Amino acid sequence: MAFITANWNPLGEAFYRKVELYEMSWVLRDGLRDSLVAAAPYGGPIAVMKESQCLSPSVRPQLDIYTASGVTMATFPWKSGPVVQLGWSVSEELLCVQQDGTVLIYDLTGAFLRHFSMGQEVVQSHVSEAKIFHSPYGTGVAIVTGSSRFTLATNIDDLKLRRLPEVPGLQGAPSCWAVLNQDRQTKVLLANGPELYLLDNTCCTSVVLPGGSPLDGVFVHIAVSFSYKYLALFTDTGHLWTGLANLQDKLSEVDTKIRSPPKQMVWCRRPQTQQPSVVVLWERLLLVVAVGGDTVQYPLDEACVCVGELDGVRLLSPSRHELLQEVPLVCEDIFKIASMGPGALLLEAHKEYQKSSQKADEYLREIKEQGMLGDAVRQCVEAAGHEQHTHTQKALLRAASFGKCFLTNLSPEAFVSVCRDLRVLNAVRDPSIGIPLTHTQYPVCVCVCRLVYRRLYPLAIEVCRYLKTPEYQGVSRILRHWACSKVQQKGESDEVMVRCISGRLADSPGISYSHIASKAYDSGRTELAIKLLDYEARSGEQVPLLLKMRRSQLALSKAIESGDTDLVYTVVSYVKNEMNRGDFFMTLRNQPVALSLYRQFCKLQEQETLKDLYNQDDDHQELANYYVSASYREKRLEARLSVLQSAVDEYNKAKNEFSSKATEEEMRLLRFQRKLDDEKGAGLLGLSLQATMEALLASGLQKQADHLYRDFRVSDKRYWWLKLKSLAEKEEWEELEKFSKSKKSPVGYLPFVEVCMKKSNKYEAKKYVTKVTPEQRVRAHLTIEDVEGAADAAIERRSEAEIGTVISHCSSSSSSSQRLLLDKLQRALTTANRK
Amino acid sequence: MSPHATRRVFTSKGQTDGCSPPLSLIPMAQSIRRDSPELPDFSLLKRLARDQLIYLLEQLPGRKDLFIDADLMSPLDRIANVSTLKQHEVDKLYKVEYKPIVSTSDQLCFLIRPRLQSVKWICDVVNADKAAGKFRRYKLIFTPQKFYACENVLEEQGIFGDVTTDEWGFHLLPLDDDIISLELPEFFRDYFLDGNQRWVRTAGCVLHLLHSLYGPFSKVYGIGRCSKMAYESWREQVEEGEQKGRDGEIGSVFLFDRDVDYVTPMCSQVVYEGLVDDIFRIKCGCVEFGPEVTSSDKSLKVMLNSQDKVFNQIRNEHFSNVFGFLSQKAKNLQTAYDKRCGMDIKQIKTFVSEELKGLKQEHRLLSLHIGASESMMKKKTKQEFQELLKTEHSLLEGFDIRECITFIEEHINRQCSMIESLRLLCLLSLTENGLLSKDYKSMKAQYLQSYGVDHLPTFANLKQLGILVEQPTGETLTAMENKVGKLVNDRAAGKLTDAFSSLAKKSHFRALSRRLNLVLERDGWTGLEEVTRLLNGQEFAASGCSEADGKARSDTQRTILVMFLGGCTFSEISALRFLGKEKGYKFIIVTTAITNSARLIEALLDNRA
Repeated sequence: MAFITANWNPLGEAFYRKVELYEMSWVLRDGLRDSLVAAAPYGGPIAVMKESQCLSPSVRPQLDIYTASGVTMATFPWKSGPVVQLGWSVSEELLCVQQDGTVLIYDLTGAFLRHFSMGQEVVQSHVSEAKIFHSPYGTGVAIVTGSSRFTLATNIDDLKLRRLPEVPGLQGAPSCWAVLNQDRQTKVLLANGPELYLLDNTCCTSVVLPGGSPLDGVFVHIAVSFSYKYLALFTDTGHLWTGLANLQDKLSEVDTKIRSPPKQMVWCRRPQTQQPSVVVLWERLLLVVAVGGDTVQYPLDEACVCVGELDGVRLLSPSRHELLQEVPLVCEDIFKIASMGPGALLLEAHKEYQKSSQKADEYLREIKEQGMLGDAVRQCVEAAGHEQHTHTQKALLRAASFGKCFLTNLSPEAFVSVCRDLRVLNAVRDPSIGIPLTHTQYPVCVCVCRLVYRRLYPLAIEVCRYLKTPEYQGVSRILRHWACSKVQQKGESDEVMVRCISGRLADSPGISYSHIASKAYDSGRTELAIKLLDYEARSGEQVPLLLKMRRSQLALSKAIESGDTDLVYTVVSYVKNEMNRGDFFMTLRNQPVALSLYRQFCKLQEQETLKDLYNQDDDHQELANYYVSASYREKRLEARLSVLQSAVDEYNKAKNEFSSKATEEEMRLLRFQRKLDDEKGAGLLGLSLQATMEALLASGLQKQADHLYRDFRVSDKRYWWLKLKSLAEKEEWEELEKFSKSKKSPVGYLPFVEVCMKKSNKYEAKKYVTKVTPEQRVRAHLTIEDVEGAADAAIERRSEAEIGTVISHCSSSSSSSQRLLLDKLQRALTTANRK
Repeated sequence: MSPHATRRVFTSKGQTDGCSPPLSLIPMAQSIRRDSPELPDFSLLKRLARDQLIYLLEQLPGRKDLFIDADLMSPLDRIANVSTLKQHEVDKLYKVEYKPIVSTSDQLCFLIRPRLQSVKWICDVVNADKAAGKFRRYKLIFTPQKFYACENVLEEQGIFGDVTTDEWGFHLLPLDDDIISLELPEFFRDYFLDGNQRWVRTAGCVLHLLHSLYGPFSKVYGIGRCSKMAYESWREQVEEGEQKGRDGEIGSVFLFDRDVDYVTPMCSQVVYEGLVDDIFRIKCGCVEFGPEVTSSDKSLKVMLNSQDKVFNQIRNEHFSNVFGFLSQKAKNLQTAYDKRCGMDIKQIKTFVSEELKGLKQEHRLLSLHIGASESMMKKKTKQEFQELLKTEHSLLEGFDIRECITFIEEHINRQCSMIESLRLLCLLSLTENGLLSKDYKSMKAQYLQSYGVDHLPTFANLKQLGILVEQPTGETLTAMENKVGKLVNDRAAGKLTDAFSSLAKKSHFRALSRRLNLVLERDGWTGLEEVTRLLNGQEFAASGCSEADGKARSDTQRTILVMFLGGCTFSEISALRFLGKEKGYKFIIVTTAITNSARLIEALLDNRA
């Protein structure tokens, strides 16, 4: 295994290695020269497009999208304007910045998603340079225009354009610039010749590099590290300055002795780095410059592109794809020539063990003596994660597993998790998939999502199952994506599609059929969407989409099925605006639940609509009732009468004679009241018939009351009641007596007694007691507090109950006469009982 | 003793003592009865509601004025008192009065029922502020839930973006140990008259809440369409959420639609609690006794629940027994007071520290209830009331119908009371299976003459509900009468009637409670198809979770939840309590609101007021 270090180069205190990831399977006609190339970080896809100025204006350039291993994912001719810059968003969407400031967004398969513009003024001044950057807020776009103005959009998913202030003295394009992320703010650092400026939202500040500025030259290149923490500047004198991005500290300054401006410059670091460096790329040379000042040179035989990563730099050339990185310390410890590190010894021990050599024991003993076996295992496990080639991984893991046998208390967690991670990593690194993730990048990266974006559903599902991701977050989500992309495919009939989808999705939890259906609808397959919606269990989700698809009838019945009145109401109010009134009412008519809901709403909100509603239904009865209630809202009598007349008409139509007559009478009464009010100012309007008569009698308008009595055929009883009450009220006892004698009272004479007693006029009351019918006589006597009379009457009637009543009335007093009376009653009671 | 006799007892006071001893003196006979199980602790519901309210108030940090719907005032008072609200930076409290507001606070919080009227008023308030250039923050808290229609109004009025809305899931208010109310009086009219099913889901929510807190239920029975829908809505919610396997505190659940029985609520109530409700109107478990009761110049608010020991003993008693009981109680109290006469100093000390407070408390309550019953007595022993009762009774028994009609006519002609007259008419129609066409017309005409033509829509409402209708020609009364009669002439029902003569003979409720009993015994509606068909059908039975048979007799199984959709009366509650005592069950009553005849009829009025 000595050759593992063959591609290692010492750089300062550390080693750098260049590992081949893939032999590229793409066929590029002219290499990468004169092309716009954009490769997404984290082993993402590559987009290649010929630069427009190299082509004759009549030729349309081709846009190709490849995986990191060079497998074509999409290819299509570019039909829009000239492109300045290509780039990838965090969710692997391709951004193409056009000269006129329009940014077009495509997905991995080359399907157009959407576009936005970087502002109106750009259309004239043109984008001279653009950069696509990633920040904690998402993917951003920064452009500089021909008129030297910068515009920023920090998150393309929540587009807010920010025009940065003008840079003093800047004519034309700046010599170089970069986007920085500091203190949750996005800034632009730019160089105009030898001067540096920092641009933020509000101002433009001139900055000076810390640590003195011996650089007597013009800045030609700026590079910011992956984490936005470090900064590197290259001058035309061949000096490379490195420092912190906050411009507070300088790391070093190296003279590269190469004066031509570099093509690309990228930071190359890794977490817990020993020896960070800057990779500078020229046409034929790749120079790795350590911060310490050491350099490594790699001559190149073809044009290359560097892609900065979290833990290294990927080198993309027409023929191969390589990873340049600092050798991790553990790997160095194990593989360095003549290393005596515990990991190296363990690896060796295992090798000997496999050869069945006793040397294995010697090595082990040595590690054990140092008490380093645990460290040795850990080293091997960690190093395995950092290795790209499976046989190295295996050798290291086997060694670790071998070493583990001699330990009792080592937690197996690290071993297990590295094994699991490597399994997934190796699967996605496969050239047919082409996602060359490193173990350092792995936890940051949502591996499954990226497989889904590439439509590698089976692998994604396998990964989820392997990682035991909960069904809800894993498999279901993948299936939903699958179904969504499935419904966008053309060519299959709706039935086949529905069967296919429902078959696959059948009992996965958390699947939203409405989501799939809305995708189907978006791609113009309404019928399919409706069929899919049938599988949606939650009506709340069905209804909005059905409305969107203008299937309001269906939506209405679904809403009613759900029993959720809110939903019904949503549909109703939607349909109301969408349909003409007639159709709307007809729709409601078929859905009584919705109708009653709407009616109640109208009662409170839109009385007029309610009327129309009844009209439409020919519901004369309800309409008439509506008019009756409406009439009381009318202040003016004429208006009220006319509304009531409408009510009468409607009652007639409804063949409700009774109500129509009652209403007519009410109108008559109203007119009558009005007349009297005008004549006498009696204030009768709106009173009921009874109340009117009462008022009339009270104010002595006997004649008018009589008139009403006859006119409205008031029952005798009612009239008598009224009259005697009012007479008693006014204490016109003579009138009352006259009245009682006018003819035989239809209400009997007990009421006379009662009204008199109400006024405590016992004398008058007595006059009527004799007239009372025998059945009521006891009561009459009791009313005037004549217990003896009551007793006599009761005894005469020989009624057990009545005697009882009388007894209960006497029990309260205890005079001798009372006692006598009581005896008498008791005796009568016994006789009555005997009978 | 026939049911009639008890009634007479009441009508003629003189015989009271001779006929039936005060119920308290009846020994708790048949002591073999099993004890009723303990009730679950429903104060949890209050705590939940309070915590949520506080959370919602905190969502609007800083001082704020709170506007409360008038009919939420009393329920709110039971959940969180003013000081609690003040603790959470509520500055001033206002009642929603549909008038321009005078608040100076720059944060307004509205606590309302989801009614369009309230929302419209809030829109007016906000728009007025806008016009005046005043900037405030507004928060609308709907309880128990918000409706889309309300949000729609906000949108139409263009203030949707200016306010924030929230829901306060205050579904259930425990009024007493065994009564839980939704405090939604509008349920009745919305569902039964207007056919608006918006509260059905709320009822489902309530079941879900109770189920998740005190469930699982072993069996669910129900009568009526609304019950069925509520049940289905609940099942849906159960399926959406996850199941918890544990021991429930509630066994069976019964759901009743109010329209199954209108007779009972249309009768005058004669148990003490019912009578208090009829006369003084119990609001949210609390009654305001006027000066005539308190025998001072102030009126007094009194909580009526099982905490009130005196009340607890008389609430379920027939009114005629109450007075006797109270005087007995007063005597006992006096003896307890008198004890101190023969005491030495030490004994007096213990007496004062231990008993006196309790006695004083009891004394205070006793004097209140005596005052109340005196004032009731005064009203109820009047000639008119007695005749009213007699008429009611005749109607229920089905004799002297002509006389009754005359009485009702007189009642109308004399304009005794708009509500009472209507109630009698309804009772007449309900018991006689509709009025004869001639009577119907003349009664209606007389009613309109007395109380105004604007009652025409009211009659239409009553007709729609089938409460006051014309007799359909050709259908004889007797068939129906016989059927119901047969149902009720049962032993079990007979017992009930003895205790509650108010529960009408023909009342469906008696049949209901009887059936409840039977269903419990038979475990289903089987064999009772005929009965249910008679009562609008739509019955269903469903078992929730299968439980071991061995457990079937456990306490849980004997705790029964009865839910009334559309309200129930205190008489019905009393009847259930009685049944529970008799059979060793414990009933928990859940109702959309406590109702009585007057409230029912008021809900159906459609005159100009």
